[in-house]
Amino acid sequence: MSEREQLLLPIADDELILGWRNSEWTGIAPFLEEDVAFSSIAQNEIGHARALYQLVAEELGTTADELAFDRKPEEYRCSQFVELRVVPDWARTIARQVLYEEADEKRIKALMESDDERVGGLAAKIDREEAYHRMHAQMWHERLQHEPRYAEALEELRPLVDQRDGHVPEFEQLWNEMTEVRRSVAGATW
Amino acid sequence: MIYEVFRQERKGQPFAHAGSVEAPNDEYAEWYAREQFGRRGESVALWFVRRDAVHEIDEFIDELERNYHRVDGYPLKEKLKEARERAGTAPPADR
Repeated sequence: MSEREQLLLPIADDELILGWRNSEWTGIAPFLEEDVAFSSIAQNEIGHARALYQLVAEELGTTADELAFDRKPEEYRCSQFVELRVVPDWARTIARQVLYEEADEKRIKALMESDDERVGGLAAKIDREEAYHRMHAQMWHERLQHEPRYAEALEELRPLVDQRDGHVPEFEQLWNEMTEVRRSVAGATW
Repeated sequence: MIYEVFRQERKGQPFAHAGSVEAPNDEYAEWYAREQFGRRGESVALWFVRRDAVHEIDEFIDELERNYHRVDGYPLKEKLKEARERAGTAPPADR
């Protein structure tokens, strides 16, 4: 397994799956402005996934699409944490987002120090967008921190952040929905 | 709370009203304004301000119809036409 693959694939998978899950709020977020903002974050995450897959794909002689959509469910290396379906629970959604941004910041900062120039460069770009995601998460954290439901969600989700041992049951359905187009239309691209 | 958002399309241009966002405080308003009016490169700067901080004037009294205050007070077209007829000169061809 190449170094890029080892390093970047779990991050790319996390970003793809979290972006997918967050996009489930599109149209039903608590209010219109947040709907636009949260959907935009979801889009950014999928954009990050795409750029990361691209770097891995170059090395493996494949494409970002194939990496994103043509693998079997057991080949995805995302954490169980991002696989959970949390709509329509906004408290759990924000708890996950806050915990995710916290963990993601550390690994993106580490990637920025990479000897692989392209990896370091991409990480710096991603970090500039993530800075806004972190502001968004922080803003909501401050607003919800004294709400019992939010505090419970933080407790519940915290141990799962880096749990990469297998998948949660609802991942199967997500994988089905996510790969449906590629499986039915050969060569479809995102 | 409603915030009014103004955007500047290019440096040096006047800010124009872009729309409004609803947000619980300034911090959220900044985020939402950025997302609604700034993320597609359509603005180089934004102003956002609470709607209740905006002073409004919507009454313009002109009891004596002093239309000489207004830019449309003196229609020139007719006068120009008359002057040209007196002088016997035709209006200049369209440029």
